[in-house]
Amino acid sequence: MAIDTTAADEVGSTKLDRVVIRFAGDSGDGMQLVGDRFTELSAAFGNDLATLPNYPAEIRAPAGTVAGVSSFQVHISDHDIVTPGDGPNVLVAMNPAALKANLRDLSPGSSVIVNIDSFTQRDLDKADYEANPLEDDSLGRFNVYRVPMTSITIEATKELGVKPRDAERSKNFFALGLICWMYTRPAKPIIEWIESKYSEKEQVRDANLAAFRAGRNFGETAELFDHPYEIQPATLPKGTYTNIVGNTAVAYGLIAGAQQAKLALVYPSYPITPASEILHELSKHKNFGVRTMQAEDEIAAAAIAIGAAFSGALAVTGTSGPGLDLKAEALGLAVSLELPMVIVDVQRAGPSTGMPTKTEQTDLFLALYGRHGESPLPVVAAASPSDCFDSAFEAVRLAVKYRTPVILLTDGYLANGAEPWLLPDVAALPDISVEFATSPNHDDGFWPYLRDPVTLARPWAVPGTPKLMHRIGGIEKEDGSGNISYQPENHERMVRLRQAKVEGISADIPPIEVDHQDGAELLVIGWGSTWGAIKAGVRRVRAGGHAIAQAHIHHLNPLPANIGEVMARYPKVLCPEMNLGQLAHLLRGKFLVDVQSFTKVTGVPFRAAEMEARMLEEIAR
Amino acid sequence: MSQTTPVTLSRKDFESGQEVRWCPGCGDYSILAALQSVLPELGVEPHKMVFVSGIGCSSRLPYYMNTYGVHSIHGRAPAVATGVAMTRPDLHVFVIGGDGDMLSIGGNHLIHALRRNVNLKILMFNNQIYGLTKGQYSPTSEQGKVTKSTPFGSIDHPFNPISVAIGAEAGFVARTHDMDRKHMMETFRRAHEHRGAAFVEVYQNCNVFNDGAFDDILKKDARPDMLIPLRHREPIRFGADGEHGVAVNEFGEPYVASVADVGEDNLLVHDEHRPDPTLAFSLSRLSTGPHMPTPIGVFRDIERPVYEVEVEAQVSAAIERQGPGDLAAVLASGRTWTV
Repeated sequence: MAIDTTAADEVGSTKLDRVVIRFAGDSGDGMQLVGDRFTELSAAFGNDLATLPNYPAEIRAPAGTVAGVSSFQVHISDHDIVTPGDGPNVLVAMNPAALKANLRDLSPGSSVIVNIDSFTQRDLDKADYEANPLEDDSLGRFNVYRVPMTSITIEATKELGVKPRDAERSKNFFALGLICWMYTRPAKPIIEWIESKYSEKEQVRDANLAAFRAGRNFGETAELFDHPYEIQPATLPKGTYTNIVGNTAVAYGLIAGAQQAKLALVYPSYPITPASEILHELSKHKNFGVRTMQAEDEIAAAAIAIGAAFSGALAVTGTSGPGLDLKAEALGLAVSLELPMVIVDVQRAGPSTGMPTKTEQTDLFLALYGRHGESPLPVVAAASPSDCFDSAFEAVRLAVKYRTPVILLTDGYLANGAEPWLLPDVAALPDISVEFATSPNHDDGFWPYLRDPVTLARPWAVPGTPKLMHRIGGIEKEDGSGNISYQPENHERMVRLRQAKVEGISADIPPIEVDHQDGAELLVIGWGSTWGAIKAGVRRVRAGGHAIAQAHIHHLNPLPANIGEVMARYPKVLCPEMNLGQLAHLLRGKFLVDVQSFTKVTGVPFRAAEMEARMLEEIAR
Repeated sequence: MSQTTPVTLSRKDFESGQEVRWCPGCGDYSILAALQSVLPELGVEPHKMVFVSGIGCSSRLPYYMNTYGVHSIHGRAPAVATGVAMTRPDLHVFVIGGDGDMLSIGGNHLIHALRRNVNLKILMFNNQIYGLTKGQYSPTSEQGKVTKSTPFGSIDHPFNPISVAIGAEAGFVARTHDMDRKHMMETFRRAHEHRGAAFVEVYQNCNVFNDGAFDDILKKDARPDMLIPLRHREPIRFGADGEHGVAVNEFGEPYVASVADVGEDNLLVHDEHRPDPTLAFSLSRLSTGPHMPTPIGVFRDIERPVYEVEVEAQVSAAIERQGPGDLAAVLASGRTWTV
């Protein structure tokens, strides 16, 4: 559905090229919801944007505590941007805990809008504040706006007969209304959304509408704020856009892949943060013939996928790190059976349970090497929320063409982060269908391991096909016939064949692209979700008058064929990663290049400023 | 998939020609023979059958069947088979495994396949020992079992596989044994006829690591007094002259009694189709191991919705409701704007 994107309300305002806003409150305060609304609104308004939700793993950590703080950061701009922004220019803090948890990300001069009603002694105690930060000079570097959000919301909803306790729950819409006024967003889409979302619950609908309007009116009349700001629509390539988060894009990419492969999509999965939304999304699309199922455990999900793949489906399972640990055994079988399958790993901070809702890139080695025996499989990584679509499609393409399990790496940041996505032309998606075996391929009947001479893929003969009955398993197979074989030379040949098949894919993937600049001596090379932060860092470095080159890896196994040659062109190579240097280790080992590693494992993405600083340091070195 | 003309099949059609490599004298041979004897009678062509196994001696069985087969990973066969059935509900899927495979490492997959009621024919060869790893106690070994890993006797209390299956909501639960080909064939046929998950425990002798484990009940002269055949709608009665039977005490619990003592009319009449599993479960508790009178045959045979049929129904209903998937429409299903 397209919405009216005609200009915002007519008000005298100051133009900004971009702003980063963070809504922060208790996990029960509805911050993700208003963040989402503001994002949708800004997307539809035509801004470029990127978002960074951040929430606790607990559904409801103790209310009012720092552990229970949930926040949603959105970066909107009138030009092309690639990250959700370093720190917020505006922090909306619904309580002291939200202030405390987010203060460190603010740079001097930023604005802080606090809900003054929730700064009672009790609230301060819950947040472990010894003194009220609003009363000492600890916020002296910021522009602090004290807004009685709760009491105005209660006042505004009084006439509706809403009980104060219920009315209070609408205060997030007050905050949204205020921010919408500040950034001259049109009110209509929000009002329409509230009306349709809460159409069944009249009182909630009316309370939220009243709170939203009260927030806007407060901005306009309170004289607290000088004037609103305006951020013009960005000039993006022509086409139709939607706002997309990574997990949804993965689901769409898998559906598209299945359709273009002309296969039924079977998606068994076990719930795990932050991958569950892929299961949720796919479950809505059974009319595509998608069969989703919630398996009894992570192991079963992978095993069920193998059974589905053997039977001719496009089998996919999704998980996060702890689940990938458990799926390792089944992946080994899939490698040995040489059946197509995609495993999505939405990486999160580890080890063990780690920090389930925080992002990391620490599963690269696990994806590449985390199985016993020589067990090679292709690994693809998505670079941005919308790139999750293309990456999922690519994983499907490789899996079906080469009859191999493929791991698709995304992460918590991509999974939940949003950005505008130029909708692809569905009719232009490539046909990636494969032909099932239909007749015997050998004098002895059917040989399941008689390979295609070019791709080295084995035939895919699905049960139900007459004359092609065959038995396959995890025991080493005789080259060609697929019969059990413990013969030493055969095993070595099979190990090398499986490796050669995966390595051969490098001829079927694009060479790595370099964003080169004349005079650049430093190449920054990354993979996965660091793409945006690296790009933003590179832009800053260039804006500062330095030359720098960037390249980003989408295929981690096999690597693009030209990568060694590309790295050799630059005297210095820097590799930023949200782990302790896994890709850097790989590149150094494979190409004997003195790759410098730049690492961060805080559970939050790199910032452009961090990137810039490290790149400049490297240039000066 | 249509079968307009009845197929005439023979045992040969189900033999893969691979050399069978179990230890000489292994009970698996007779189970394989019973299977290959009964399959031609089912009217299903070999290419419509899939045998899925885990790891263990018995799990080699798919290699010997001229059907489709997957020799998967230890314990995971019920899950792999679930994937097959979900994708191709038209196929006939068998799961083969041992007591260690299905009740130890794969216990979780077994119970969930049973509760979901996936249309799988699960044949569990119970030899009460780990054979392929050369003789450790299994989850069905009797307490006090002396093996390589338990030189002072095992401490673990064993599972009763029939109780586990009934507890896991299985719709079809039966027990048979490797000394009676006819009984095996009949039990396998019944399992195949059942729509939904069918669990069959097959007592199987491992003549190398646990020889004679079932001798107390399966030796020819012991059988009349030690096997309690369950027959639908018949009073439960056994003994060379039918002198023993099963009656029910004041608590509703079955017990073995002398027919002369309780009277013929007071014998429990077996009903496979009782919706409530309590009595079937109680029957499974009559014997705590193969050293006392033990029921064989079908404990329970009730119809429940079949998992993959329901999966298909949801897909069809979604197509009916929403129309066939339109990718472009889905991609643009959120708010969109045009630049």
